[in-house]
Amino acid sequence: MSNRRDFMGMALGGFAGLGALGALYAAKRTWDPLPSVKAGGFTTLDLSNVPENTLIVEKWRGKPILIIKVAKDDKAYKDKRLITVDGHKYMIVVGLCTHLGCIPDYFPEKHKFICPCHGGQFDAAGEVLKAPPPSPLVIPPFKIDGKKVVLGEEGPEYKKLKAAGLVA
Amino acid sequence: MAHFDPNAKPFSNKWMNERLGVDTLKRVLSTEYWIPKNINFLWAMGMVLAATFGVLLISGIFLLMYYVPTTKEAFDSVNYTIMSQVGYGWLWRHIHGVAASVVFLIIYIHMFTGIYYGSYKRGRELIWISGMFLFVAFSAEAFSGYMLPWGQMSYWAGMVITNLFSLGSLELNGLVEWIRGDYVPGQAFLSRFFMLHVLLMPLIIIGLIVLHFGTLRLPHVNNKDGEEFDFEAEAEKWKAGKRKESKVIPFNPVFLSKDVFVMGIYFIFFFYLVFYHFEFAMDPVNFDPADGLKTPPHIYPEWYFLWSYEILRPFSKNIGLIAFGFAQVIFFLLPFLDRSPNVAPANRRGPFKIWFWLLLIDMIGLTIMGKLPPVDPWSMFGTVFAYTFIALWIALPFITKMEKPVGGK
Repeated sequence: MSNRRDFMGMALGGFAGLGALGALYAAKRTWDPLPSVKAGGFTTLDLSNVPENTLIVEKWRGKPILIIKVAKDDKAYKDKRLITVDGHKYMIVVGLCTHLGCIPDYFPEKHKFICPCHGGQFDAAGEVLKAPPPSPLVIPPFKIDGKKVVLGEEGPEYKKLKAAGLVA
Repeated sequence: MAHFDPNAKPFSNKWMNERLGVDTLKRVLSTEYWIPKNINFLWAMGMVLAATFGVLLISGIFLLMYYVPTTKEAFDSVNYTIMSQVGYGWLWRHIHGVAASVVFLIIYIHMFTGIYYGSYKRGRELIWISGMFLFVAFSAEAFSGYMLPWGQMSYWAGMVITNLFSLGSLELNGLVEWIRGDYVPGQAFLSRFFMLHVLLMPLIIIGLIVLHFGTLRLPHVNNKDGEEFDFEAEAEKWKAGKRKESKVIPFNPVFLSKDVFVMGIYFIFFFYLVFYHFEFAMDPVNFDPADGLKTPPHIYPEWYFLWSYEILRPFSKNIGLIAFGFAQVIFFLLPFLDRSPNVAPANRRGPFKIWFWLLLIDMIGLTIMGKLPPVDPWSMFGTVFAYTFIALWIALPFITKMEKPVGGK
């Protein structure tokens, strides 16, 4: 008798367990971003009329993109993370502090960003000057197309930066 | 088979007893649930919390009737429709906002009362632990509710707090996007936090409240001296009419009448805030609609989260997260970190007395620093308070281990 009861118990437990796993997976998938959210989101930036050392803010996948045409006398001018488009050097980064995601403010006269949340600082190439941010501002996937830059697509220049470990 | 009297009148006491055991239920849960006499007004905080939760539930039900959980309409449905179109909509909103803030004040008083009188050990461990789960559930409820008006503070608090789940250098951005349902807080995020706030978290909270009451029933509540006595024997004295001699009173109606008195005072204070000082619970920054391209100049949480936020702030990202995680779980371990068998008020426990007041002052200090912008000298004070917090908890097992035994009374 006890064998039959054990079998029933195990069969019930097994099916219930399978059902629970299935339900958990379905719940996980329900919380995933929708395909429309994942598919959407290529932004084209036209850099032909950007003034030097002035912060330009664009939007890509709901996130702010910070663009600065870096001046030659800026300390950050030689930084390898800058992107050369049509002979000019640009910082193009996701404008969310790598600490907890606030938008840092740019102070052009100091040539640096200061985050209002926890006081982190970045230079005009997005490199960290003062903790708590653990890493530089992230460079989004981009493709250079003449004087334009397409965000969301991985061009050869982006791949080169990525291989050198400079994008994040 | 139970016996049912065919002559019992429907819904008469006898009829009800045979079907539902109402007299037994009443006896076990109220008229013969014994509470020590040796207590003060701080013992009323539990019922004050239950009443405040009731107020939150009722005001929430009315807000729910006009709130629209979409990123386009949420802000206006709260700030225009509910505030200026719905009759007395402002009342529900101000009650809801003030109660959400005040409930944490009472929770902290309730917690520190428990810590002061040692009401978390010798059979009362589960009361403490279920209470801490309630604290976490209330925090989640408060946070999810804060998202709903979809103002600037809602959006940016949502951004910052969900980013915590990337767990620093582990860079779990996929997890963060999964929680949000998007790259940034958006419609998917607002809808799911709306669901959490109005359904899942309230269900969990109600379940936890039942558990919290349940854990209290057998060990009984503590008293001002931590005295251990035979509740059965004291109850017999009461029932025999020796009410002066007995050390206990029944929960209902004696203790409850004291509770209701304290609640009366509390609700005068509460409605004073609702009608004359509701603005303290309404951050002006959140009266700007959410904008993903503009961070407010200074992001801070509501006052009740400031102490744990401040622990996050002075450190580098990973260490900050570890310190933050430490602050979130360490209170759960209190019954096991306190190595002393003494159940007594802190002022009779030697070094523990100093520990208790230092912890309280430190957490008030962290709270004040968390509100100030992250510049020196404030960030320096904040750092000192954060280190002190961690040091206090590390020191706790050692100082309580050395504690001398003290008699109950």
